[in-house]
Amino acid sequence: MTRKTRRLWLVIACVACLGTAAGLILRAFSSDIVFFVTPSQVVAAPPPKDRTVKLGGMVVAGSVKREKRGETPISTFDVTDGQASVTVHYEGILPDLFREGQSVVAIGTATPPHDFAAAEVLAKHDETYMPKEVAEALKKAGKWDPRFGPPPSATSWNQMTVQDARKDISAAPATN
Amino acid sequence: MTTPDTTTRRRLLMALPLAGAGAVGVAFWKMLSGMEQGSFNPHDIHAPALNRPVPDFTTPDLAPGKGFGTADLRGLTQPIVLNFFASWCIPCLAEMPILMTLKEQIPLWGIAYKDKPEDAAGFLRHSGNPFSRLGLDQDGRVGIEWGISGVPETFLIGPGGVIRWHSAAPLGEDTIRDTLIPLARTLKTP
Amino acid sequence: MLSPELGHYALALACVLAGVQGILPLIGAQRRNARLMALAPGLAVGQLIALVCAFACLINAAVTDDFSVQNVAANSAVSKPLLYKITGVWGNHEGSILLWALILSLCGAAVAAFGRSLPTALRARVIAVLGLVATGFELFCLTTSDPFARVWPAPMDGRGMNPLLQDPGLAFHPPVLYTGYVGFAVPFAFAIAALIEGRVDAAWGRWVRPWAVAAWCFLTCGIAMGSWWSYYVLGWGGYWFWDPVENASLIPWLTGTALIHSAIVVEKREALKIWTVLLAIGTFSFSLSGTFLVRSGILNSVHAFANDPARGVFILGLLGVVIGGSLALFAYRAPSLTAGGLFAPLSREGALVLNNILLCSICAVVLTGTMYPPFMSLLFDRTISVGKPFFDATTIPLALPLFIFMGFGPMLPWKRAQLWPVLQKLWLAACVSGIAVVVATIRLSGVLPVLCAAAAVWIIGSSITDIATRTKLFRTSFANSVHRARMLPRAIIGTAIAHAGVGITVLGLAAMSQAQHRIVEVPIGTTEHLAGYDWTLTNVTQEPGPNYTAMAATLEVRRHGQLVTVMHPSKRSFNSQNQTTTDVAIHTNLMADLYGVLGDRHGPDSNPTYVLRLHYNPLAPWMWLGALVMAFGGALSLSDRRVRVGAPQRARSSTATVSVS
Repeated sequence: MTRKTRRLWLVIACVACLGTAAGLILRAFSSDIVFFVTPSQVVAAPPPKDRTVKLGGMVVAGSVKREKRGETPISTFDVTDGQASVTVHYEGILPDLFREGQSVVAIGTATPPHDFAAAEVLAKHDETYMPKEVAEALKKAGKWDPRFGPPPSATSWNQMTVQDARKDISAAPATN
Repeated sequence: MTTPDTTTRRRLLMALPLAGAGAVGVAFWKMLSGMEQGSFNPHDIHAPALNRPVPDFTTPDLAPGKGFGTADLRGLTQPIVLNFFASWCIPCLAEMPILMTLKEQIPLWGIAYKDKPEDAAGFLRHSGNPFSRLGLDQDGRVGIEWGISGVPETFLIGPGGVIRWHSAAPLGEDTIRDTLIPLARTLKTP
Repeated sequence: MLSPELGHYALALACVLAGVQGILPLIGAQRRNARLMALAPGLAVGQLIALVCAFACLINAAVTDDFSVQNVAANSAVSKPLLYKITGVWGNHEGSILLWALILSLCGAAVAAFGRSLPTALRARVIAVLGLVATGFELFCLTTSDPFARVWPAPMDGRGMNPLLQDPGLAFHPPVLYTGYVGFAVPFAFAIAALIEGRVDAAWGRWVRPWAVAAWCFLTCGIAMGSWWSYYVLGWGGYWFWDPVENASLIPWLTGTALIHSAIVVEKREALKIWTVLLAIGTFSFSLSGTFLVRSGILNSVHAFANDPARGVFILGLLGVVIGGSLALFAYRAPSLTAGGLFAPLSREGALVLNNILLCSICAVVLTGTMYPPFMSLLFDRTISVGKPFFDATTIPLALPLFIFMGFGPMLPWKRAQLWPVLQKLWLAACVSGIAVVVATIRLSGVLPVLCAAAAVWIIGSSITDIATRTKLFRTSFANSVHRARMLPRAIIGTAIAHAGVGITVLGLAAMSQAQHRIVEVPIGTTEHLAGYDWTLTNVTQEPGPNYTAMAATLEVRRHGQLVTVMHPSKRSFNSQNQTTTDVAIHTNLMADLYGVLGDRHGPDSNPTYVLRLHYNPLAPWMWLGALVMAFGGALSLSDRRVRVGAPQRARSSTATVSVS
């Protein structure tokens, strides 16, 4: 086998593998990418029914309802971005950090005009995670200085009083 | 094998990783500086309602101010600044002196977000009250209607009740001088 | 005595020592000055001692509840158990950077201690490069993330009482993972030293490989521990989320795996030299950039370290210097390295090249999937996310051929191989894999899981075949086979075991695709059926704990009327923090995990209902078991005589080296 053919083998192997990789990526990008949408986007231009999207927004206060279909618990709640709202249906256990008036991200498919079937609802993954928007809000609200570790739990930040806030000011340099 | 041509090709090939890493590095730097200035947020799903009419809402009175609602804002003839604040919010407290100076230049309306009336009133007694009108949003519903992501959050409302500008961070003197006031001026002279 | 100020001072001292360690030996090696070169080991050990001292001070502050130290105030609390006070030291950004620097200096000291057989100049350069990298991180530590910063006034109690973070898995997996990441700094330093020297040869391959294998073992264990932690703590029954943090560990693992394979080719055939150098640089670059970019907040992650763009700029500058500098050196020097020979596609080295190409393709895919969202956001202002479906659809088709060639590779002789004799040896493994396809088609649904299961059986089968052929098992007396096995180089046994470990993991992954789960809301006394088991909720009790109240369920699991196990999933409410945590109950028989989660309580007090989530996870433990087997295989090959004895035993030429070390 000459040097040239050996080199050819190497090049063919490289091109074949990287080409396959590129092809797989492109194919997956056309079908497996998940877009973030806001409720107003869902209402204005609903994504295709078979397309998984992430819906982000705030849970409308007073909109959470629970029901049982057979033995399966179903939760419904409205998610809004201030301009439109979408009703999310979710089968399963809502995460611990799920609260009315707070941000959530629901992953699932939209069923126009105003419904959304969620396969997953993220208000947290573990104690230190919260949707970016919630984290930002908390930071801005001065409840949580990231230098002081994980954010407080959802209930405590609604119960904190001005005395707590004053105490925090003296104890910690404020954010921003 | 070692003709000048192949040597150059070899050099170019070996420089490829550096070029790639450099390009990625520049992109990261852009992202980071964008994140610092707040112009880039890779996870932003918050769509501010710029150049749209204000949403439907009403707020009850918050002593010492008088509450307001959509109709009041729609009836505006001059621009105003609407500020969401709360007594439990440290950046709001820090923002108050700036608002006290801002009230000389443009009317300020305030909404106390997720706050008890007595706490909010106490807060304004301590820090001064820059607001000419004051509403209360005790359960946070008005905040949701406006799509705010936290407090403090500030909107510039143009005549006719149209949202012209929005800031999700505490106002700074620079922002007021360079952005807010010039924009408000253009709204004043239609 | 071990005050934070002393720690701060020790850290600054370490930084200075590291700087000296990075400069003087390099100059010495350039000028052939034996005295300057001989400084390297002593400085490396000195830096290690200083950092151990700094770390001890931080631990001391945490143990003695010194809340005037901001880091302790933020991450510890009086009522925290002692163990978690200690482990909490590295559970946050500042502490973890310090741990990172400590491990890096440990690597430098290890090269100083174990690298006595290396040529003096090479050793001096390797230690110097490690010193330069360490200087950067210690500067980072001192300037933007000082773990010893004080707060005034000191709070009465710390705020670090987060129950979820008090978990042995979370406490011990970062050090292991970091050792993996940082361990790749040594092959990196070898690569830079080789580039400076302008010489890469077989001996270089032999020296660099054990370090790469050691780092790889730690990284493998670290990834497995992280995955196991998310499995039993997060309570979703999931084990891998393709989260940026997880990908950040997977990418260097993939290139590191390629590195330990390509280094063999350098050692045996003096080929792939430039490529191996690039892989060594790339692996460390990926482990650096992955972990640090996650912290800058560009890549959003479920594992929140404080995101701080300002800190990110410093990190980016540091990465630019380390990665940009090394790649610039590569671009400048690599063209002058002599290229190795090309070789026949059908040979051991040909198989190893294919392994490298496939691993790097997978790496490219994972990298694309991880980086695509922020780049889309930057360039086109579109917010998207790339998740499990994407990675499944792209990585598995590339991994399958890799698995198939893994079976052949170790059986092929060097230089030139014939396919037929290898196939003859592997016919049994091939038949078993064929049977596995049939069995898997009946038991599993979906094409990819079936193929993966068959590939896993093929890998395990061919690994066993490899050892069996070499020991002439069943062809000679058993005693003789055992004797032959003893005489086999440990590296060969290690390879077979590590490959079998991959097979075990893949088998677990394939079986886990068939995991079943149900979410139900039921009153006490109800029986649910899942995966052939009857799960009965017999009782729910309130149990007070030290600082929480637990709602604990009793779940009796029966199969064909026979009691299998009684599980106690619970939900703890921490009164003071207003927090709840979920305690998953897992029963494993190594063939499957029964996994129960207790959710909320609803309904009237007279007749409450409870939300339960029940999982049946077949072969789940195999995923982590396989990783441990892989790491064990790597460790076994590290104990190989050839590695221990080292390369051509050089006489301890430099007396200065001896006297200093």
